Amino acid sequence: MKLSVNGKAVDYDGDPQMPILWFLRDELQLTGTKFGCGRALCGACTVHLDGQAVRACVIPMAAAADKAITTIEGIPSEHSLKLAWVKHNVPQCGYCQSGQIMQAADLLQRTPKPNDAEIEQAMTGNICRCGTYTRIRDAIKTAAESSS
Amino acid sequence: MSAVDLQRRQFLSSSAKAGGLLLSVQLLGAQHLMAKSGSDAVFSPGLFVAIDASGKVTVTCHRSEMGQHIHTAVAQIVADELEADWAKVVVAQGLGDPKYGDQNTDGSRSVRRNLTRLRQAGATARLMLRQAAAATWEVPVEEISAENHQLSHAGSGRSADYGEMVAAAAQLEVPDADTVPLKQRKDWRYIGTAVNNVDLQTMLAGTAVYGHDVQLPGMQVAVIARPPVLFGTVKSLDDSAALAVAGVSKVVRLPALTAPAAFKALGGVAVIAKNTWAAMRGRDALKIEWEHGANASYSSKAFREAMLEGVRKPGEATRTQGDVDAALAAASQQVSAEYTVPHLSQAPMETPAATATVSADAAEIWACTQTPQATRGMVAQALGMPPEQVSVNVTLLGGGFGRKSKPDFSVEAALLAREVGAPVKVIWTREDDIRNGYYHTVSAQRIEAGLDADGKVTSWLHRTAFPPIPSTFDPSQKLPSIGELRLGFSDNPFEIANMRLERVAADAHVRIGWLRAVANVYHAFAIQSFAHELAVAAKRDPKDFLLDLIGSSRHIDLGKLGVEYDNYGDSIETYPIDTGRLANVVRAVARRSDWDRKRADGRFLGIAAHRSFLSYVATVVEVTVDDKGQWRIPQVHVAIDAGTVVNLDSVRQQCEGGSIYGLSCAIGQITATDGVIDQGNFDTYTVARMAQAPGAIDVHIVDSTYAPAGVGEPPTPPFAPALANALFEATGKRFRDLPIPLTIKS
Ligand code: FES
Ligand code: FES
Repeated sequence: MKLSVNGKAVDYDGDPQMPILWFLRDELQLTGTKFGCGRALCGACTVHLDGQAVRACVIPMAAAADKAITTIEGIPSEHSLKLAWVKHNVPQCGYCQSGQIMQAADLLQRTPKPNDAEIEQAMTGNICRCGTYTRIRDAIKTAAESSS
Repeated sequence: MSAVDLQRRQFLSSSAKAGGLLLSVQLLGAQHLMAKSGSDAVFSPGLFVAIDASGKVTVTCHRSEMGQHIHTAVAQIVADELEADWAKVVVAQGLGDPKYGDQNTDGSRSVRRNLTRLRQAGATARLMLRQAAAATWEVPVEEISAENHQLSHAGSGRSADYGEMVAAAAQLEVPDADTVPLKQRKDWRYIGTAVNNVDLQTMLAGTAVYGHDVQLPGMQVAVIARPPVLFGTVKSLDDSAALAVAGVSKVVRLPALTAPAAFKALGGVAVIAKNTWAAMRGRDALKIEWEHGANASYSSKAFREAMLEGVRKPGEATRTQGDVDAALAAASQQVSAEYTVPHLSQAPMETPAATATVSADAAEIWACTQTPQATRGMVAQALGMPPEQVSVNVTLLGGGFGRKSKPDFSVEAALLAREVGAPVKVIWTREDDIRNGYYHTVSAQRIEAGLDADGKVTSWLHRTAFPPIPSTFDPSQKLPSIGELRLGFSDNPFEIANMRLERVAADAHVRIGWLRAVANVYHAFAIQSFAHELAVAAKRDPKDFLLDLIGSSRHIDLGKLGVEYDNYGDSIETYPIDTGRLANVVRAVARRSDWDRKRADGRFLGIAAHRSFLSYVATVVEVTVDDKGQWRIPQVHVAIDAGTVVNLDSVRQQCEGGSIYGLSCAIGQITATDGVIDQGNFDTYTVARMAQAPGAIDVHIVDSTYAPAGVGEPPTPPFAPALANALFEATGKRFRDLPIPLTIKS
């Protein structure tokens, strides 16, 4: 099957049931997308599939055929969210942060000016064990303001 | 180029590509970085700092980075005394090697044990650069200044970049560190400021390398079915279906674990495959019948009842002042309460993972470990090799919280790599992490107190029971250890004339291990909840009552009371138990939260304060409860006195994150039925999500010139009692048994 990852065309002919997380990490060595739970419970593996946030740990390769995947490596460093993450010095261990940013990017695409409740609803599926939630919320607001 | 060199080169180039970063942290040791600097001249007057001819400064961090930003703090300290230009500093991660001294990154002691030593490292390099310039320019060294990466001589107007003097400095003899002058505190340039995390850019780029991210050519991935009950063994195994899974290459039985568990591998059956998915599917296909063994009798529910029975009877006194029994009998009001805290799992966002290569006379490990030297020792022991033949590379850690202080997962990787004859990466799934952990112990406590007619507390009897951490290393250990009692129990700061503290034995049936703040979590929960219960009984304001309990400003001398107490391994003269500082953070947090202002809008406050890891923290939690019983935390205030601090923003982050970790400790639980852990993933093991997290966390850092104290753990213990106290104010319900439900039934 054919698909694209961060704008590059790639081929895959392995197990169609393999979650895209392991294709990205083990085969393409794009290790910015993280494993946290394997069951769509933590958000660490969040990527965009045709522009929508999905949990890469449960989406099989079969569902990605002819589609476009974007990972944290495909988000430029001058993206408003990454700049806001720097401004607020958000990450502690950093492990959950690629998933947080991919989820936040999806939120801002759908809701460019989210309020607190909308941020919470969109982000509560993304666990951060280091507890960076208040900074994530602030950084999303900063990014939303900067892109107006 | 070997596979390993190739790997290192990839790390180097990927972080270089991240662009725009002032500082980048590599996975490789300093020596490797030096070898690539493109110049022969490298000046490296010690373990921690090296400067090349381009002026680039490489600071080696020998402690593990797990989100506490020790990479950044170490760089700040060295760069400050070196008078380095921050833009020219990079950080390298030190390998596991006794030459660095202690590398065990736990106990909130990386800064407090290394501040002076790292300052000396920077100052030594700076002095030697000045000496080199003096010799080159033939002027007295006293006339050479070294500021912001520039050496200069005012008299002659000569100046040079640090890099230009590297070759000359490298020829000089390194002076004794204790003779090197250090800067005055007022001249600190980086220490005590807020500097962004040096790993930030690689984290955002997705190129930061954690334990899970290590990839070596020819590497296989292993996923292990471990015994569901501690010390269980494989009765029968049918691996035919597993071996039929495409990509699975091998099934390996690991040696059964016998007591003590210590840091050894748990045993079980490993499935080796070409990728993680195949290994996971292979494991699912294993048919294993387990012999559960003696721990199958463990039920945490019954165990809790038995521990409560235990604390209702006299235990062994570990601290006695006055006559508690007489004072209790004479009290005009007696109050007693029992508290229980369940097992918890550290559950770092990154589960344990380790990669190993093993040959006949060498082994190399890459792991997200808090403890590279213990990893080296345990791997060497498991392989029957001298430790010198084992090298341990420390990756970034996606959180640690004490789980990664145990090297069992690196031992697994080493055993499997030897068996397979190729590099092997062991991945723990979340279920493995939750079900086969080193758990925060389970505890029961009882406190009885007597108040006189004025509402003053005259007696305090506190009993604590929990299976101790030493049981993991010696199963005959059943009494709470001195090392755990000192964590918020023996060092009770209250000024009460009659006090007796007692310990009560409890058996361990799972591996017990450290979790952020360790025994402080449950001791602070009981003591600070009970302080609030007493305030209610005395009809007093809880904050004022807490200040009265803390009493006069004094240093508590536990030695004089005959109490065994090691003060977190640091001197009691430098770090006394200072009740004045504890009261000070209580007053500070009261000011920040505007404690005395009556809240009209359905908001209620709870307060708690605790000394741990030589720091003082007070927390005020504000709650609201809706008509369905769902509670929220609009705001939290934290005041911390951690003595001298290196990075203001890191301290703020630890207070924010430590509070939220404390919240998770208050709402999560690990239970066992027939010796098997009931939880398995984040659907059953509740941790704080954004929906539960405070709306805002206000942090006040006390400006202090006291010696540096712990930061990573102290903010956690006061959170749960402050929350429980606030919920009592809001609902009249007292939560003495954790976890606190997310919805309170009326
Ligand atoms: S790893 Fe996919 S949601 Fe947790
Ligand atoms: S920053 Fe560590 S888990 Fe989120």
